[in-house]
Amino acid sequence: MVANVKDKAVIVGIGNTTFSKDSGVSELSLAVQAIKAAIDDAGLKPSDIDGMATFTMDTNDEIEVARALGVGELTFYGRSHYGGGAATSCLHQATMAIATGMAETVVVYRALNGRSGHRFSGGVAGDITTADAIHWGWYMPYGLLTPASWVAMFTQRWMHNTGVTKDALFEVAHSTRVYGANNPAAFFYGREFDRAEYDAARMIADPLQLFDCCQESDGGSAVIVTTPERARDLRQPGVSVRGVAQCAAEDQEQMTSFYREEFAGIPEMETSAKNVYAMSGLSADDIDAAVIYDAFSPIVLWQLEAWGFCGFGESGDFVKDGALRTDGRLPTNTHGGQLSEAYIHGVNGIVEATRLVRGSSVNQPAKTVNHALVTSGVGIPTGGAILGKMD
Amino acid sequence: MTTEELKAFEDEIYAYVGREVCPPTPAKDDVNVAMIRQWAEIIGDTNPAYTDADWAANSARGHTIAPPAMMYVWGQEGFAVTTGRAPDAQSDLVSLFNEHGYTGVLGTNVKQEYFKEVSPGDNVVMEMTIDNISERKTTGRGPGYFFETLATFSNQHGEKIGTQRFKVLKFIPQEQPAAVASEETLQVPTRIPSPRGHDNKWWWEACDAGKVLIQRCKSCQTLRHPPRPMCGKCQSMEWDSIESTLEGEILSHTQLHHPKIPGYQYPLVCAVIKLSEGTNFVANIVGCEPSDIHIGMKVKGAVEQVDEKTMLPQFYPA
Ligand SMILES: [Zn+2]
Repeated sequence: MVANVKDKAVIVGIGNTTFSKDSGVSELSLAVQAIKAAIDDAGLKPSDIDGMATFTMDTNDEIEVARALGVGELTFYGRSHYGGGAATSCLHQATMAIATGMAETVVVYRALNGRSGHRFSGGVAGDITTADAIHWGWYMPYGLLTPASWVAMFTQRWMHNTGVTKDALFEVAHSTRVYGANNPAAFFYGREFDRAEYDAARMIADPLQLFDCCQESDGGSAVIVTTPERARDLRQPGVSVRGVAQCAAEDQEQMTSFYREEFAGIPEMETSAKNVYAMSGLSADDIDAAVIYDAFSPIVLWQLEAWGFCGFGESGDFVKDGALRTDGRLPTNTHGGQLSEAYIHGVNGIVEATRLVRGSSVNQPAKTVNHALVTSGVGIPTGGAILGKMD
Repeated sequence: MTTEELKAFEDEIYAYVGREVCPPTPAKDDVNVAMIRQWAEIIGDTNPAYTDADWAANSARGHTIAPPAMMYVWGQEGFAVTTGRAPDAQSDLVSLFNEHGYTGVLGTNVKQEYFKEVSPGDNVVMEMTIDNISERKTTGRGPGYFFETLATFSNQHGEKIGTQRFKVLKFIPQEQPAAVASEETLQVPTRIPSPRGHDNKWWWEACDAGKVLIQRCKSCQTLRHPPRPMCGKCQSMEWDSIESTLEGEILSHTQLHHPKIPGYQYPLVCAVIKLSEGTNFVANIVGCEPSDIHIGMKVKGAVEQVDEKTMLPQFYPA
């Protein structure tokens, strides 16, 4: 068991920039716009920020962000590695810093020109010799060098092992798109697709087709995290971090953990789930809604199993009963997810999970959301968090 | 050129900003299925919304549409252009650049925006202006100016369907060193190689020589792949290797459709293979139809030259 930081940190502010395919501004501009929006939402001033947590792949250095925003001293800055696996890991960093007193008010941010600038779909090229580049070298010469192709390799085996079909992948992609089509901030606002269009869309890497793959976006997202004491005095109802964990499992590679005895699984997420549940004293039954990292449609299914909403191989039936829809058992990715809102490496997901607990999602379920799950990307070291109403 | 001459030249070129290159001109041919089909075939775009009338009849639109990127195609002059074209503001501007030594030309980028769809039977009307000319820039090709034309496209009802910005660099060509010139000769792309460092160089060198090796701990005999500097079982750093027989079974596979990477031959299939020695290995599956590949299939590999620079294990149905 890991240390318990239940309710030691509270999300008090959230902010997104406009999402687009060509922001026309720098990544630093997106970062400070998102953070300023989150600071304003919280009713704080930039000088209240004394800690920062972001991704190793983010280009916006903390000190550049601090100078641009007019933040004074920083007493904590920590970065999380492994792409989208870092989303809730940044929240994990912020929570640990606040719980230990290393900082009082930490901003978690991620800002990128993911479409007009560096595109992750382009894959890896490996022109430098590091352990990481050598790792990609086992796949690049064969052409296995894009995120879609790595996820496809896991998906093919998982579908073979479980008998889950494309019907389930469609339900994830479609339910998410319906939410996105109703979210004015989503890139796919007003644009739904039907099964015929889903089936006719171009093949990317078997069995993944276009609508199984998330978009690429320009944009930024930020959340402000502080102590429960401070949170009580602020403008917004506090959204408490009930539990948060990260995990790199045995025999882990980035996106290519093909060497495990059975590689169609995400043990790193299972361990994260176990630790978050133990920390929070909650179980899957207590989770009312979720934001589940959806770079690709099948990875949502694996995570439903890892977090115990259903058994291994049962996620196909679980979603086909409408569980992810607004009146279902677990309304999921109500902002439209990364498939349909924007691909901000999961930090826009933390923003939406906060909204779900506040009751302010554009697709807010009718039922009361006491607890929302939010997760990070899979196939890599990852994690997740449960957010709940502050007592 | 003296400062005064440069100023006079720049006054002359900047006077072209905002000038009309062509007034609103309807395309000679309406949007039609034959052109759409040929364009889609050449581009390799299989979207049924463009070419499959039956499919489109059941779609939300109820009919096929033209690929938005074809916008600029409809107004092209066709064969007549080979016998010369009437001068316009753009050709006058280009002549002016040429007369002052800016004879080099490089199209740098095209940016299209789409606002409305068109379908067979519609007519596309194009108009074009010179939108902007940059200040004098020093580029890798030589000193020059970027100029951008703005084409605006409408349908027969006067509704705007899209725009296209086309940016061109006109420059004074510089003498290029011979080495740079030779780099620009056409090279056939090859597969992206693995970087080679302390921990994997030996493996790829064996591959270059036609062998697939599997690293083995000298202390506890555990096989490991991909290679690492230490044995995770006993922490020994002593190791040797065995040569794989390249017999195995497919654990998973995927056919790579998009994006197609230069240097790779498609159809392209990658698989995770359990080798008979017990370690898992990623490689290509060749020698059969991609649709025949399945989990559990027995395969046999060989190290082959796959392009001018690359030796790589390739697996065939056993
Ligand atoms: Zn050993």
